[in-house]
Amino acid sequence: MTDKFISIEGIGKRYSGAGGAATTVFENLWLSMARGEFACVIGHSGCGKTTVLNILAGLDAPSEGAVIVDGQAISGTSLDRAVIFQSHALLPWRTVLGNVAYAVSSKWRSWDRAKVRAHAQEFIDLVGLTGSEHKRPSELSGGMKQRVGIARALSITPKMMLMDEPFSALDALTRGTLQDEVRRICLETGQTAFMITHDVDEAIYLADKIFLMTNGPGAVLAEVVENPLPRDRGRIDLHRHPLYYALRNHIVDFLVTRSKTFTTETPGHDPRNVPVVQIGKPGLTVAAASDEPRQTWMPGSSPGLSA
Amino acid sequence: MTSSLRLRAGLVSIVLLAAFLGIWHLATRSTAPVTTMSPEYARLMGLTATQGKSAMPGPLDVGAKLWEHLRRPFYDNGPNDKGLGIQLAYSIARVGTGYLLAVLVAIPLGFLIGMSPLLSKALDPFIQVLKPISPLAWMPLALYTIKDSSISAIFVIFICSIWPMLLNTVFGVASVRKEWINVARTLEVGTLRRAFTVILPAAAPTILTGMRISIGIAWLVIVAAEMLVGGTGIGYFVWNEWNNLSITNVIIAILLIGIVGMLLDQILARFTRMVTFPE
Ligand SMILES: Nc1ncnc2c1ncn2[C@@H]1O[C@H](COP(=O)(O)OP(=O)(O)OP(=O)(O)O)[C@@H](O)[C@H]1O
Ligand SMILES: [Mg+2]
Repeated sequence: MTDKFISIEGIGKRYSGAGGAATTVFENLWLSMARGEFACVIGHSGCGKTTVLNILAGLDAPSEGAVIVDGQAISGTSLDRAVIFQSHALLPWRTVLGNVAYAVSSKWRSWDRAKVRAHAQEFIDLVGLTGSEHKRPSELSGGMKQRVGIARALSITPKMMLMDEPFSALDALTRGTLQDEVRRICLETGQTAFMITHDVDEAIYLADKIFLMTNGPGAVLAEVVENPLPRDRGRIDLHRHPLYYALRNHIVDFLVTRSKTFTTETPGHDPRNVPVVQIGKPGLTVAAASDEPRQTWMPGSSPGLSA
Repeated sequence: MTSSLRLRAGLVSIVLLAAFLGIWHLATRSTAPVTTMSPEYARLMGLTATQGKSAMPGPLDVGAKLWEHLRRPFYDNGPNDKGLGIQLAYSIARVGTGYLLAVLVAIPLGFLIGMSPLLSKALDPFIQVLKPISPLAWMPLALYTIKDSSISAIFVIFICSIWPMLLNTVFGVASVRKEWINVARTLEVGTLRRAFTVILPAAAPTILTGMRISIGIAWLVIVAAEMLVGGTGIGYFVWNEWNNLSITNVIIAILLIGIVGMLLDQILARFTRMVTFPE
């Protein structure tokens, strides 16, 4: 847990609204992830999840604070941090192969065409799009477009993947298949992944760590929930795990009630030492954001859960 | 369904054309001699007076004359008597030169303005003032400074075709979807490569629409410009034939101006279709 691959240190984001009044989306946000970890962020619409992801990607700069990746403060975007966009963001004038090859040739500028194509093809095969290489995005279904987005992100062999609700526009069946694929690929390649989602089950299936954010404006990171389910969990028997419902209820309770009341009911909340919730391990103290010991929230023990 | 619609539309077009030609023919055909006059006077007045023939040529006169022109499009009998092909070639060459120069200036400049909010704001008042000026208003200034009528005509074409292209390029470049730019940014694509691989293809349909508007305006303006500067060109031909009182030739020139304008527009329309992408 001491290996902090990604460390978000006290970032804040303000927008100057009409008449000079600044709205603070969030401030003093601290968060860290270890290498190879899969983290999901859950929070209500408008709390600033996309803003955090864009800052992490380097597409947006924080108003204050810094993001440290692999021991270095980031400035701007990097090929080490691939983004899978919610709206897939494929270039419509390029084919499937062209879109992936664009990313490949951006990373390895000296490669010749044949090498770029072969490398791109490898990742198109990986996401199961063999045979559709020469189709344009307009000829693909939503799920296929999202697969191209995944292939494009993976093809540059990034150190981490940033995903902004990648599956929210898909039907349940396609979503399930793509979740399986993303999970498999991330485990195989040891990716560090940061994913925004609104789907509690998606978070439980994919994440090692779940970040819960309160409602904005002035959103805070309320809790870090550690996933008690084994790493080699399967989609089918997920709900049979003894801790599954405790975990799910905890997250849903947070979303339904505590996300609104958390800030007022927890005046002593320390954004640098966000409590780590370990479902099913009562009384354990763990250090996450800093090395100091801190309290641990248990489901049912927090005041906000009484509702 | 579509093909039958096209067939019916074609039929209606042909019927309309035939009706138009028929009415034209009836309205201009010769009637019996209206007055008796001395043969000397009649010879002086020509067919119009002696046989009641309308001064307006009929479709058969125009057709016959057109056939004559088409058989010898490139003859050259001195400054006031050149084949229609030569005249059209002069006009197309002037439009082509002025238009290409405008493309070379408008598209790079449009890129710069579209990519830089500062330049966009700084140049906006100039563009707003220059854009509504009739291109022919530049003519005296051009003649005075350039001192060459042919180059002045090219300059007028340049100045009239630059604005639609410039404005469309600026708009197209400035409204490239943020997410496509973000893709390029996450891939650490440099500014120049980004301009060519993301912004240009994304803005190309808008830019080509501007180019299509421009070629239309340029072709409108060249006729007027050549009437002013004289010498050669289809515009000069129209004016010269008016002075010769050859309405037949004027009508033929009008027809050809329309056809060439349509062809230019079709060429640009085809290019536009080539760069348009479905979303
Ligand atoms: N350019 C901007 N100017 C002003 N306010 C902005 C701007 N962009 C975002 N915001 C505000 O920042 C807040 C957070 O936006 P963000 O897109 O990060 O939310 P989100 O958590 O991703 O929501 P969702 O789940 O709906 O995607 C919102 O309240 C939004 O109004
Ligand atoms: Mg969002």
